[in-house]
Amino acid sequence: MNSVNKIFEKELLVKSTTDNLAIIRDFIKSAANQSGFSEDSAGKIILAVDEACTNIIKHAYKYSPEGSILIKIKFNDPKFSISITDEGSHFDPNKVPEPDLREYYKQKRVGGLGMFLIKKLMDEVNYSTLSGNKNQVILVKYLSN
Amino acid sequence: MAEFNVNLRDVGSVSVIDVKGYLDAHTAPELENIFNKLLVEKQFKVVVNFDELKYISSAGLGVFMAYVETMRENKGDIKFSNMKENVYNIFDLLGFPILYEFYKEEKEAVHKFGNQG
Repeated sequence: MNSVNKIFEKELLVKSTTDNLAIIRDFIKSAANQSGFSEDSAGKIILAVDEACTNIIKHAYKYSPEGSILIKIKFNDPKFSISITDEGSHFDPNKVPEPDLREYYKQKRVGGLGMFLIKKLMDEVNYSTLSGNKNQVILVKYLSN
Repeated sequence: MAEFNVNLRDVGSVSVIDVKGYLDAHTAPELENIFNKLLVEKQFKVVVNFDELKYISSAGLGVFMAYVETMRENKGDIKFSNMKENVYNIFDLLGFPILYEFYKEEKEAVHKFGNQG
């Protein structure tokens, strides 16, 4: 059994490139393990963060590799909270419709699934705009779930 | 760096794609390249064997969505086999089982194309 911490904070700052997704996933995995999440729950958190960062790389920075993504984890048993901040273009999450797979199939549309997955995988999802044109999404998972 | 490998082989008239490792936004273009190659070769009957796939994100799922209709329009399909439970759960969350066929074993999926191997 690995040692489990009740309270801690960690952060990771990376450039907006897709090859950093693996680094991001490892970072989240180690923090989720440290908090005592099951492998299954940790997998959900890892995927949700991957999807959020993929959206930032694709949409906020439009694949420009010079953007930054700041990921901060706060664990205060049982609340595991991940804030992800970027300085790319703003988007309104309310304007992204929930995907209908049958419609996607017909239209050969392949985007928009990420946000839907994030909502399904996490307990709380909160998008906001910070001063200095920063976008932030906070994802929360409770250990008991 | 995410580890991902994709391999293409023929089983009779069916093209089998083995995917291995981590399929995310970084590695999905490698899988797209394989599908583009199949389109050029007019190979529309495809089985994707997930036996060694550890992880998939929506960028990976999007590849199948992008190509499946073309395969079906040409009397082919993309069928899935040997998927681990954690990977299947992601397909399931997005409603894929309504639109795609999943098989436990590769040979069942290949057989569904009416191929005797």
